This record gives sequence, C-alpha cells and structure tokens, in this order.
Amino acid sequence: MVEHSLHLKDLRISLGDELLFHLDAEIKAGEVLSVMGPSGSGKSTLLNAISGFLSPRFTCEGQILLDGQDVTHQDPSLRKIGLMFQDPLLFPHMSVEDNLLFALPRGGSKHERCEKVREKLRAVNLEELGPRDPLTLSGGQQSRIALMRLLLSNPRALLLDEPFSSLDVELRARVRQFVFAQARENRLPVLMVTHDQADAEAAGGPIINLLNHK
Amino acid sequence: MHMTNRALNILFWAAPFLVILLLTAPLLAGLLGVAAPALGYFPTLGGLELTWDHLHKAMHVPGFWHSVHLSIWIGLATTLISFVIVVGFFAAFWDAPIFGKITRFISPLMSVPHAAAAFGFAFLFAPSGWLIRILSPWATGFDRPPDWLIINDPLGYALLAGLVLKEVPFLFLMCLTAASQINVDQRLKLARTLGYGRIWAWLTVVMPALYRQIRLPIFAVIAFSSSVVDVALILGPNLPPSLPVQILRWMNDPDIEMRFVAAAGAVFQLAATLVALLIWRLLEMLCSYLMRQMQTKGMRHQNDQILRGLFSGTMLTLVLISMASLIILGIWSLAGYWRFPEALPRSMNFSRWMENAPYFWGPTFNAIQIGIVATLISVGQTLICLENECRHNIRLTQKALRLIYLPLIVPQIAFISGISILLVRYGLDGSFWPVALMHVVFVFPYTYLALEASFHDLDPRYMQTAAALGKSQNRIFFQIKLPMLLRPILTALALGFAISVAQYLPTLLIGAGRVPTITTEAVALASGGDRRLIGIYALVQTLLPAVGFALALALPKLLYPNKIYFAKQREA
Repeated sequence: MVEHSLHLKDLRISLGDELLFHLDAEIKAGEVLSVMGPSGSGKSTLLNAISGFLSPRFTCEGQILLDGQDVTHQDPSLRKIGLMFQDPLLFPHMSVEDNLLFALPRGGSKHERCEKVREKLRAVNLEELGPRDPLTLSGGQQSRIALMRLLLSNPRALLLDEPFSSLDVELRARVRQFVFAQARENRLPVLMVTHDQADAEAAGGPIINLLNHK
Repeated sequence: MHMTNRALNILFWAAPFLVILLLTAPLLAGLLGVAAPALGYFPTLGGLELTWDHLHKAMHVPGFWHSVHLSIWIGLATTLISFVIVVGFFAAFWDAPIFGKITRFISPLMSVPHAAAAFGFAFLFAPSGWLIRILSPWATGFDRPPDWLIINDPLGYALLAGLVLKEVPFLFLMCLTAASQINVDQRLKLARTLGYGRIWAWLTVVMPALYRQIRLPIFAVIAFSSSVVDVALILGPNLPPSLPVQILRWMNDPDIEMRFVAAAGAVFQLAATLVALLIWRLLEMLCSYLMRQMQTKGMRHQNDQILRGLFSGTMLTLVLISMASLIILGIWSLAGYWRFPEALPRSMNFSRWMENAPYFWGPTFNAIQIGIVATLISVGQTLICLENECRHNIRLTQKALRLIYLPLIVPQIAFISGISILLVRYGLDGSFWPVALMHVVFVFPYTYLALEASFHDLDPRYMQTAAALGKSQNRIFFQIKLPMLLRPILTALALGFAISVAQYLPTLLIGAGRVPTITTEAVALASGGDRRLIGIYALVQTLLPAVGFALALALPKLLYPNKIYFAKQREA
C-alpha cells in the first residue's frame, strides 16, 4: 500500500488585497486534519484551492504538495484528489453500479471492470445495491456509495466538505466511522471541513480554526 | 482520442464567435440587401444610380400611409392588450388554484402555429362561422350568413384579436420563466402582510423586477405583430393591407421595377417598427413615473374583487376561444355537407384527408426535414455556447441577451427580403440549405433562452465530483451534463421544431416558393376559401409541433426507464 501525503506549504489565499488565511500543514497517510471556522472564514475557498476549483477572483500563493509533487496550478481532473460533499451527489441518471464504473480508471475488459466494482461493494456488504437507482437508497447508503465511488478512482488524498451534516445524529456516527476507517485502510491523507465539534473530535487528528490563521 | 478532444476544445472556444456571426451576419446582409435597392442601387435589375425615387414612389401609392398606421397600431395594441391580460392574470391569481389549471392549457396553446390559430379564429367568428351557426336561427334569426365584414375588416380588429390569441400564451410563458428567477412568493408575502391587496401588491413589489426580465420578449412581440405577414394574410385588412403584406405584394409584382419599391417599403417597415418601439418606451416611462407617484401614497387597494373577476373571465374566454378554434378546424377537415345555420355538418368522414394526402405529404415532409435540421443545429450551437460560458465562468448580461433577441426584434420582412435579393443575385435561392439555415436564425434565440436557465442551474458540484474522479471536461459534458439535462434539452428541441414549423416568411422568401412547407401551403389557401382543405392543412400544421412535444415528454421514460430523477422532473 502506497503512503500518500498532502502538504500545504505556506499557503496564502487572498481576495483582492485582503488575506483570507495563511496555512502551513502537513497531513500524513491515514491522518485527518479537521478545519473549522465560521462561515466566511474561507473554508470552502480552501477546499476549492486544493481540489482545483478556485475562482480566478482569488489569488493563491505558496504550494500544495501531493506526495511531494506540486499540484497548486494543476488541472482538477489530473490531481487525483477525491471530493466528498454534504450531499452524496450520485449521478441520478446512472445506476449505483454505473456510478462506480464511471469512477474506475480506464482499462480492463467490461467483465473485469464489473468484477472490480462488485468486489468493492462486497467488501463493505453493499453488493445488493449495484443495480439500484441511486435515488431509491437511504441517505446513509448513498453516502457510503459516494465514498466507494471516490475510492475506486484511486485518489491520493480525500477532501471532505461537511460530509455528514445532511445525516441525522444516529446515522452520522456510523457513516463517520465508516469513512475514517476506509481512509485509514487506504492510507489516504484527509482534510475535513466541518462546523461540528463532534465530527472534528471523532476524526482523532489535529484540529485547526481558520480564524487563527489570518 | 486526443484529436477529437482537441477538435472539441476548438469548437467550444469558437462557439461565441460563430453565434455572433450567425446572429448578426444575416441581419447586416439583409439590411444591406434592402437599403441598396431602396436607394436605387441593384445592378442585376439595371439600377446603377442612387436615387430617392423609389422611396417617393412607395409613399405615393394610394393607401400607403394607412398601411403604415395599421402596422404601428396593430403592433402596439396587440402588445398592450396581451400584456395587460397576462400581467393582470398573474397579479390576480398567482397563488390561486386556477393559476395552475390555466398554465396547463397555455403551454400547448403556445405551440399552435400562428397561421393555424388564425384560421381557427376565422372559422369561429366569420359571418358564416361556428359561433353564428350555433346562435342561428334561434337567437339571431339568420338563415343566411349576415353581410358583415368581421374577418379582414379595414381597421384590423380581427387581425388584432387573432394576434392577441397567440401572444398571450407567449407572454404568459415568458412571465412564468421570469417569475421563477425572482423571489415572487417572498415579495408578495411581505406586501400582503402589510395589508396590500393582491393585485396592487403584485404591481408594486413584483412587477418592477419582473418587467426587467420580460422587456425583451415584449419588444419581440411589438416587432412581430407590427410586421406579421401570415396572420395578416388570413385575418388582416385587404384594401389597403397592413404594410408587410403590401411589401410582399410588391415583391411578387410581375413588374420587376416594383422590387425597388418593395425594398423601399421594407425600409418604411423598419421605421414603423422602430416608431412602435419608441412609443412603447414612452409608455414605459409614463407608467414607471405614475407607479412611483402612487406607491408612496400608502393606498392598499384591498377591494380588487371586480378586477380579479374581469381578469379570470378574460383569460378563460381566451383559452376557450383557442380550444374552440382547434376543434372547429378539426370539424371542417372532416365535414361533409354542411348547410349554413346548422351547428354541425350532416356527415363527417376522412375522404378529403385521403384525397389530399398525396398533396400535403410533400410539404409536410419538407417542414419536418427543415425543422429537424434547423433545430439540431440550434440546440447543438446553444449547448456548445452554454458549455463555453461555463468553462470561462461567464453569464450573459442583459446587454448581451439583446444580441440573442436581435433577430426577433428586427422585423422579418425588413431583412429577409434583402437576403432573398442577395440569394437571387448569386443563384442560391430556392434550395433546402439556405431555408434551413435561415430558420436557425429564428430558432436559435428560443432554444438558447429555453436552455440557459437549466444549464446554469445544474448543481456544479456534480461536475466537480466528476472532475475530481479524473474525468476531462469534454467527458463530463457528454456523460454527466447532457444526460442530466436530457429533459430540458428535449423540450428545447421540441420548442425549436415548433418555431421552425411555424415560420412562414423565411420559408417563402428564401425558398422562392420552391421549398413549400405545410405552413406556406396552408397560408396560400387563405384566399381560396375551401374550408375543408384549410382545416386539413392547418390541423397538420398544428399536429407537427404537438408530436414533437409528445416525444419530448415520452423519450426520457423510454431511454431511462425506472429512473426517479426523470420522473421527478416531469412533476416539476
């Protein structure tokens, strides 16, 4: 298993003349860095910068190093950084299985590809969901499939954008455990943006507040 | 793979330039093709000197100024009446149950071609029409059709009514789209809790924002109704006719010299439409001044029951007339022997349909072919443009939208006649492709406006998710965006097809009569007066867009069975 790492080196993002934050952090494989802060403090801007969707209105200085490689200005589709939002966003015109096949990198026969997807589903006891319409799944199931979709694309890091806030309390803890366990198992560095203290504590990693990084 | 990606990227990059070319080049060429002969310069016909003669000649044709007045008056009156009816109904019934019911009728009515609606209207209200038949002889005492000039009346009231019947659904749908983009419910709640009556609340807090959004469609209605040809040929005055019909007559005059006069007439048409637009602008200023005066006085106008009744009555009547027009077209197309005061024909059968099928099949097929080609080009172009906007993070401003509306705001007859003159000059008239491409100019604005909102409203996180999974922008476009937008795309296709099928003037002039479609053939029947035949042609003309919309509704279900996503969209 490859050990991935995400290093935000002297990262400064500003809007016009105003500096939003100045961050220096290294996330090791299997580690979760929780980023907190009130709305407007630049949490989503940070995620956009790392994933490659930063609006040109912002200026970004410093470096984003993924496995030691500078990806600061790379095209988002080449970065191999997995994104998970508050909503699972399974593509509604595809079945669950098609969603997963869509994420799987090119290569292999149709049969091999399907087998890979099924194997992945079996590993987390969700194999019966393959042919289903994603919109018929429960919220928890959708979140788990969304994570599986992400992992199938062989990412080098995970970004979580308030990933559990659409789930109710009970489900929340279970899905949270699931996501963190998968990240550890796949040796992925994780950056999670949240405004829920419980999420941050459950992650078990360092917690930073963007307000302290002006 | 790399090559196709490269080619696609170039296509996306070039799209805006192509669109600007598409929207402005025919206009400029057409206006040039009108202005030059109007001023006497047209070497093919021996015009080599610049002269005012042709403009003078047009002005001195008997009844010319009456024709000009007619155009301006019809343009303004149609727009004003339709506008008041639509806005009044929105204000009075926005959150009432009747609103939803009427909405369900309005969309299908919008897709009825103008010519078909006009024929239906004539069959209903002519002295020998259905209405008088139903009322005779028991109520009216007539056993022969009265000698009244209801249709083709010299002041154009029949034309006005026929146009209002078609422009109300158009403005209704435009208002509906605009209303979905501003926060109507919240605004209304606020004003209503302050004690304002329904209608007055709407006019003071919703209208100003809404009007900004529907201004260009209104301009399009003014331009269209001041320069309409097909409806005017069916319902409009004859001696003298409205200006655009007069121009068409000059163009078809056997005396080749009259081509110059026709071009001069087109210049006057341009001016007439401009005058109508300017008068509307003055009205706008007056109304906004009055509104500003009144809204600060604190009047609540809670007693609007009578007004509300009036608006619901008008809207219901309109819908009823439209439905009845379609029904009477159907009855006439099947009618056997039908003596005057009898309410229904003695027998109904398909014999006329069978007899005429070989004749209307050709023009129908032409209309389908042109419609499909023009619509596919328009929607393709629209999608490429919108994707390009997306990639560069642009959203068109109100100003840029004006460019999109340009072909709808410049009177068709004023620039198409110019293009046709140029095409004749280079021997390109009367063939399929020029006609189809001309249709694109009029279809594209509608497909663009129909798709713009849904394209931009698609949750960008879906695309970010796909990009994070390592997919290229082109792949995301084809595998995520297009399928997720399937329903709006199909609706835009159906709308574009409906617009194309209904085109009369571009088909007639660019096709030089050699590319007959069901629409040009139907309008050509107007002077003949064979109601059974007209009924058949008008009905075929109505059915084509209807089939298009039915397919647009059914296809997502067939392509993606059991997908909740598409079923949900249908309810919305």
